[in-house]
Amino acid sequence: MTEVISTISLWIIPGLISLIIVFAVWKGVPVFEAFVEGAKDGFQTAIQIIPHLVGMMVAVTIFRDSGAMDLLIQFLNPLLELVKFPTEIFPLAILRPITGTGALAVTTDLISQYGPDSFIGRLASTMQGSTDTTLYIFTVYFGAVGIKNAGYAIKVGLFADLIGIIASIVIVSIYF
Amino acid sequence: MVNWIWVFLIFIGIITAGINGNIAVINQAVLEGAKTGVTISFGLISILVFWLGLMKIAESAGLLKIIGRMLRPITSWLFPEIPKDHPAMGYIISNMTSNLFGLGNAATPMGIKAMQELQKLNPNKDKASNSMATFLALNTSSITLIPTTVIAIRMTYNSANPTEIVGTTILATLLSTAGAISLDRWYRHKYKHR
Repeated sequence: MTEVISTISLWIIPGLISLIIVFAVWKGVPVFEAFVEGAKDGFQTAIQIIPHLVGMMVAVTIFRDSGAMDLLIQFLNPLLELVKFPTEIFPLAILRPITGTGALAVTTDLISQYGPDSFIGRLASTMQGSTDTTLYIFTVYFGAVGIKNAGYAIKVGLFADLIGIIASIVIVSIYF
Repeated sequence: MVNWIWVFLIFIGIITAGINGNIAVINQAVLEGAKTGVTISFGLISILVFWLGLMKIAESAGLLKIIGRMLRPITSWLFPEIPKDHPAMGYIISNMTSNLFGLGNAATPMGIKAMQELQKLNPNKDKASNSMATFLALNTSSITLIPTTVIAIRMTYNSANPTEIVGTTILATLLSTAGAISLDRWYRHKYKHR
């Protein structure tokens, strides 16, 4: 099953490019001109994201490098032990919505430390794969269109992360 | 809320560094964080330029409308505000499909394009519309069929079965997506009459 999925993953981009171009040629679209016209937006969009991303990355880096994150984790540890939350995984749970690269580093570290086939290793793998970097997606997507008031959107995103984290723990505990 | 997260991260960070007597770390962190932000943005230029170009071809050929029409039952339930045959729907579906196959590089440009289309429909340009919130929720909970990066890491550390976590990952991601959609529905209902 997974081999089938990874083969599809490999083929989807070449397949998609071919499909779009063949279909467009058939429809008589001037393909290269259309490509250039659409591509023009790409540069501008990327530049527009810079202020949003710089602001967010500075805040995240300050929080991480100052030791505030470690402190928060230490502070919450007794509470987590009370609800039987595996404390080894907590840094990952905190980091996952904030920074993608940071979370990946922690996942790699947990897997190397506890082994990929340990409970912690499997849990870290599942957690890393099942949620996404909410703050990054939020910054990039809303930054690109200049949304100032996000409304309830970010709460929903963070809630999804929380569900993903809890679901990972429960599912991995039961499944393996 | 994002204002508060931002203030919290910076303020608590500076205070912690101050108390620990390593305030110099902050100066370094500011430079490093800013650099990371710019690096990511510049990294996005190449993929954005290519994919937005390709998607323009698809849009001109009417392909986005066709895809949008095929999946209308699901998307019209999730995004009731988007008019029939609007290009936003095609971009949303392209973005979701890319996410499904773990193609983050292709998903981001399509997601941004979808947001730009949703912004055209948005009556209040400063405030995120309901459709935007729903779309963000779907992306942050990211339904992925195959977590390629994680499998690669597991292989590096000699896992006996690197792909054994695919099932648990899909299940967890389905639950988080269901949770996100439910909360989004609840908020939609709550703010309906305002």
